[in-house]
Amino acid sequence: MQKEMAYSFPDEVLKHVFSFIQSDKDRNAVSLVCKSWYEIERWCRRKVFIGNCYAVSPRMVIRRFPEVRSIELKGKPHFADFNLVPDGWGGYVLQWIAEMAGAYPWLGEIRLKRMVVTDESLELIAKSFKNFKVLVLFSCEGFSTDGLAAIAASCKNLRELDLRESEVDDLSGHWLAQFPETCTSLVSLNISCLGSDEVSFSALERLVDRCPNLRSLQLNRAVTLDKIANILRRAPQLVDFGTGNYAAELQPDVFSNLAGAFSSCKELKSLSGFWDVVPAYLPALYSICPRLTSLNLSYATIQSPDLIKLVSHCPRLQRLLFLIQVLDYVEDSGLEELASSCKDLQELRVFPSDPFGVEPNVSLTEQGLVAVSLGCPKLQSVLYFCRRMSNAALVTIAQNCPNLTRFRLCIIEPKTPDYLTLEPLDAGFGAIVEHCKDLRRLSLSGLLTDHVFEYIGTYGKKLEMLSVAFAGDSDLGLHHVLSGCESLRKLEIRDCPFGDKALLANAAKLETMRSLWMSSCAVSFGACKLLGQKMPKLNVEVIDETEPPDSRPESYPVDKLYIYRSVAGPRFDMPPFVWSMDEAVKILH
Amino acid sequence: MMSLQKKLKHCVNEIKEQGETEAKAIQIGSKDRSKKRVEASCFVSMEVGRKMANMLGTDHDLNFKETELCLGLPGGIAVVAAGNETESSSSPKTNGKRGFSETVDLKLNLQSKESTMDLNKNLDDNGSKEKSGSAKDPAKPPAKAQVVGWPPVRSYRKNIMANQKNSSEESGNSGAALVKVSMDGAPYLRKVDLKMYKSYQELSDALAKMFSSFTMGNYGPQGMIDFMNESKLMDLLNSSDYVPSYEDKDGDWMLVGDVPWQMFVDSCKRLRIMKGSEAIGLAPRAMEKCKSRA
Repeated sequence: MQKEMAYSFPDEVLKHVFSFIQSDKDRNAVSLVCKSWYEIERWCRRKVFIGNCYAVSPRMVIRRFPEVRSIELKGKPHFADFNLVPDGWGGYVLQWIAEMAGAYPWLGEIRLKRMVVTDESLELIAKSFKNFKVLVLFSCEGFSTDGLAAIAASCKNLRELDLRESEVDDLSGHWLAQFPETCTSLVSLNISCLGSDEVSFSALERLVDRCPNLRSLQLNRAVTLDKIANILRRAPQLVDFGTGNYAAELQPDVFSNLAGAFSSCKELKSLSGFWDVVPAYLPALYSICPRLTSLNLSYATIQSPDLIKLVSHCPRLQRLLFLIQVLDYVEDSGLEELASSCKDLQELRVFPSDPFGVEPNVSLTEQGLVAVSLGCPKLQSVLYFCRRMSNAALVTIAQNCPNLTRFRLCIIEPKTPDYLTLEPLDAGFGAIVEHCKDLRRLSLSGLLTDHVFEYIGTYGKKLEMLSVAFAGDSDLGLHHVLSGCESLRKLEIRDCPFGDKALLANAAKLETMRSLWMSSCAVSFGACKLLGQKMPKLNVEVIDETEPPDSRPESYPVDKLYIYRSVAGPRFDMPPFVWSMDEAVKILH
Repeated sequence: MMSLQKKLKHCVNEIKEQGETEAKAIQIGSKDRSKKRVEASCFVSMEVGRKMANMLGTDHDLNFKETELCLGLPGGIAVVAAGNETESSSSPKTNGKRGFSETVDLKLNLQSKESTMDLNKNLDDNGSKEKSGSAKDPAKPPAKAQVVGWPPVRSYRKNIMANQKNSSEESGNSGAALVKVSMDGAPYLRKVDLKMYKSYQELSDALAKMFSSFTMGNYGPQGMIDFMNESKLMDLLNSSDYVPSYEDKDGDWMLVGDVPWQMFVDSCKRLRIMKGSEAIGLAPRAMEKCKSRA
């Protein structure tokens, strides 16, 4: 009876049904039902997401999914953002491009994050994929405007070119002119990271002119305020716009031109950019403020009153990113204003303007965040830098915002206790994990003992990513997390007294996670070697820039440790300061 | 095999005992509830520990003693306190590490200067007492201490903020001056933050650490090249295998050491360590620029 069921659906029907299944998780589940479903599914999978480019080899991906049109790859560990991963560590995309060039002639979309992309890679992309549409290089490096020129020149149907937060060797602004006159397909262009003082503005204008579907445009800092109006008038259909510089001497005609240009953009919902803001030009935005759902002022050096005024015009704001300025009077008032006017706020990010300042400027405190938590019940995602916190405030925030999915708190001075009671902040963060049942991402800071990890292990059942710094007392802390957090995928730890015990006792857990980073902890070289030997499905890599780890006793702690699961075995593109603990890889230094 | 299993069980019991003493202090509800929770988690850990024990037990070749994996923490590494240099320096292990670096003569001055709170980095105890004078106050980290990668602000953002500050009162700490360093023949670029160093000598030490085949030549008392003396310059270029050059604000490639240190930090956009023979080509231009400044 069951056999008949399996044959009753011809492959084409199953294929058609599967085409409605987009999410990776669902697709993976489908492929596990039976062998024939596995076969059908793998032939019709079009999108592949690889969270760690070293977890699998290009060949393996190609072998299993022969007809991929879209690929997303991530390279370096997250702590690379904060200079903890030395340059040259890895994450090179070239080999992937080379193999896919042969196997996927119809590849249309490449999205990369934290990878090293060379001009050679870009040229290879330009040459190999005739139907190339989307290139997103998020926080990548290693390429120059020459590589971009190759992309621009060859990709006839390019829809999306997004270079956000990447490091580009800006050799000349003329690459923009490489887009042929026949290219009219651009929908999204993000060049905000380019540093050059000479952006070929006329080429940009002509490009914007001939792309009627352009919805998202982020300019770089070199584009001056007076040029914005010209661009906006050519693209009134924009939904998402990033200004360049927003500073100029106040001139009435420039102002009215700018205000008029903004108001002609009836679809504009999201703004960013705003380097070097002159407050007098902010009112030019007022006409579009009521429609704005996203505002990124995280580079804007504007004072609190101007910020308050601007934000009070934006009642529909769902996403606000801004920079806290060092001021004499309390910034919390700005957040209180925000809390009263932006009831739909879902995401808040507050960055420090002076992260290394010694003087604790009392311009922003925990009160601001408490106010927002009170006023904005839809709050889901928080990134907050401040200089003081209390357990009471955290408990209040937790109770006000049970829908939090991402909570990242950075108290600037490591090991800062509750400023009211001088106790650790265990109870406060405990309340966060206890009340926010859907919490997926958490970053800790302040004075924390092993207790906070017990709370996290007990309540953080949906936690997928945890970042820990200068916290904990003993291995028990790490043990709580590894044994309790069932959904944990990424764990990154720095400067904590976690050693071998918890790691070895929970070795099996590591195979269920994407990766574990530990730096300046107490894990011995011997334990790393043991893990490498006993866990063949894990790549255990020791990073040490000063001396080889085997030049010291085995009980010595390693400097940096990166463990990730992989079916591809150890990698062979490691620089001299990275050692693999895999038995098969002999140390060749 | 039996002894291995015993040892692991002992370890798991240790964790359990620790948990029970901790449980008494926990205030998350009734004593019973918290104890049960700790017991539950210990049960899980025992299961896993048992699995580990079985796994390890099957390997007859594992010499536990040799690898020192008696599941006790490595000596002297229980650094939980303020991360002050003097405290970690009392640990015998870090002393040993320091000894190694002394024989290699790598003078990690730049780290003591910045007083990093990195627990495992080796710190020059003498240097720190001279330079930061912080040893007297163990409770607070020294003023202007910069821990690598903390607070977690992306360098992309730091650089932008640094450029926006017109007049930086705290010139040492406002943002970073990250520049790329390439060395002819080396397969990959490095990046340095020039604001982490206070002199050409410190930069030289850092570069030497990164590119092991590179050492800067004798740069005179100020650490600057004497461009006025042509023969001295030629000696320097001929004697060194590699010479550092930099691209300045005007886009010109100059020899490192032609201007006072702070001026260099402000104008350097990127560094390139090139062969001495190639650098000779830069020398005339550098001298011209130098003369025109004088």
